[in-house]
Amino acid sequence: MNIATDKNVLLEYVLRLGDNGLILAQRLIELVAHGPELEEELANANFSLDYLGQARLFYSYAGELEGKGRVEDDFAFMRSDREFCNVQLVEQPNGHFGGTVARSFFFDTFYQLQLEVLTNCRDAHLAGIAVRAVREIQYHQRHNSQWMIRLGDGTDESHRCLQESVDSLWRYTGELFAGDSIDDQFRDAFDGPDLSALLARWREIVESVFSEATLDVPDDQWMIEGGRDGRHSEHFGSLIAEMQTMQRSYPGQQW
Amino acid sequence: MYTQGLDQKSAENETSMADEGVAAASFQARVDAEEKIEAKDWMPEAYRRTLIRQISQHAHSEIIGMQPEGNWLTRAPTLRRKSILLAKVQDEAGHGHYLYGAAETLGISRDEMVGDLLSGKAKYSSIFNYPTLTWADIGAVGWLVDGAAIMNQIPLCRCSYGPYSRAMVRVCKEESFHQRQGYEIMVELTRGSDEQKAMAQDALNRWWWPSLMMFGPSDINSSHSAQSMAWKIKRFSNDELRQKFVDVTVPQATAIGLHVPDVDLQYNEETEHYSFGEIDWQEFQNVLAGNGQCNRERMQTRRQAHDNGRWVREAAAAYAKKHSNRAAA
Repeated sequence: MNIATDKNVLLEYVLRLGDNGLILAQRLIELVAHGPELEEELANANFSLDYLGQARLFYSYAGELEGKGRVEDDFAFMRSDREFCNVQLVEQPNGHFGGTVARSFFFDTFYQLQLEVLTNCRDAHLAGIAVRAVREIQYHQRHNSQWMIRLGDGTDESHRCLQESVDSLWRYTGELFAGDSIDDQFRDAFDGPDLSALLARWREIVESVFSEATLDVPDDQWMIEGGRDGRHSEHFGSLIAEMQTMQRSYPGQQW
Repeated sequence: MYTQGLDQKSAENETSMADEGVAAASFQARVDAEEKIEAKDWMPEAYRRTLIRQISQHAHSEIIGMQPEGNWLTRAPTLRRKSILLAKVQDEAGHGHYLYGAAETLGISRDEMVGDLLSGKAKYSSIFNYPTLTWADIGAVGWLVDGAAIMNQIPLCRCSYGPYSRAMVRVCKEESFHQRQGYEIMVELTRGSDEQKAMAQDALNRWWWPSLMMFGPSDINSSHSAQSMAWKIKRFSNDELRQKFVDVTVPQATAIGLHVPDVDLQYNEETEHYSFGEIDWQEFQNVLAGNGQCNRERMQTRRQAHDNGRWVREAAAAYAKKHSNRAAA
């Protein structure tokens, strides 16, 4: 392994982290002013701000690693949808509150485990971002676990709604752990996460929350993948178009 | 529970006329001496009702105000602007939360206040019934709408009712950040391309007059003013505050090369104030009556969010109940 290759692997890995954060933030801010309760408005804005803040740190670092003068906004607004490498789970539409909670719960549980490993990775800058981020994500994960339990073990209606969301989102959870050569190289060169170990731990946490929430764990099934290679859901194009509209309509201007 | 006394008084609770007169005199003396009235202190029913109306309207305005700004969250032009706007909208939700809490000290529940908003009984600031059409509107809203709100709210930090005045201290600090951030957006636009400059001017053209309307009817037509002044809920008249706003804001517009859309605007050396044109009170009354561009949408969105959240709130309540039953068993 040479230094140039390592740097490219790190760059790619950091961009994936940034894309996951930005796209989930973009989905969550669609919900601003639509929350079921004022306290949830505050929590949702808070979580969106955390993901957005983390994405900005990852993108700025990616810009440094790349060394071509690109800054955070170039990564967010000047790449095409096929260049985004977030997992498909985070781009899924919000649906009802149960769908939003289930999506966040699946992702946060994974992301927290990922960040915990990254706090000890061999790249000091990335480890530093992870230390800050993991504190925020622990709180998100706890908040969303509590909602999984409340909705799952709440009323018949809430149980049914949440189980439906779980069943339809489950097929996007496989991609979280379906590593490719970047994940392998990152693990070897930087002491990155071992995805199969993460999956075992993720499964344990999910099953424990599901048990308290009286939810059924869906059967093993075909998993949808492709986000890391820039293959996304149909509605991803609209999300990107909306997010990038100002920079695309008025290129090269200061705001 | 003193909430019971809000709308009706039972015979046994009714203070005699003489006692009431003494209490009212001592209440007014405390107000005149600039003492704070606290939640458990005696207060005239009309004072309590006035405060509930005003504080809950203020809270509703914060909540409804999230919509026009939220409209640009997904399209903010940079990540920095997106974060700032998101933090601002979150502050507004926080202000709503805080103000509902202050109103609750007067013996009304948040559910009741929200119910009044959803049924249309309670009002919110009419300014939020205007649409945010371009990114520059986010600048104009911060600069002008938050700027006008601050003019209105700074005197409220000295309001005679303790919980409201304390809430306003915090709210005002955050609002002044918002105002500066809004102005900063306008500054950036006016330094930019011709398109950006035109965008900024267009936003000022559309938001100037509605911002002046935010101070309410002119003093001769203001129904609540005199009593609120005597109770030291209000410290300055609508027209005084409006004049202050114009005096402060016009030079800010000029400084960045923007033109205030008022042919009658003129600086009067003698009075050291700007004189300005007549507000279109017909427009003001119409937007107030529900006929503005966005009145229906704002309420529809609010009601929809409330209705969509019904099963979630029911689930949380059911879960809490099950849990406390289990704990008790």
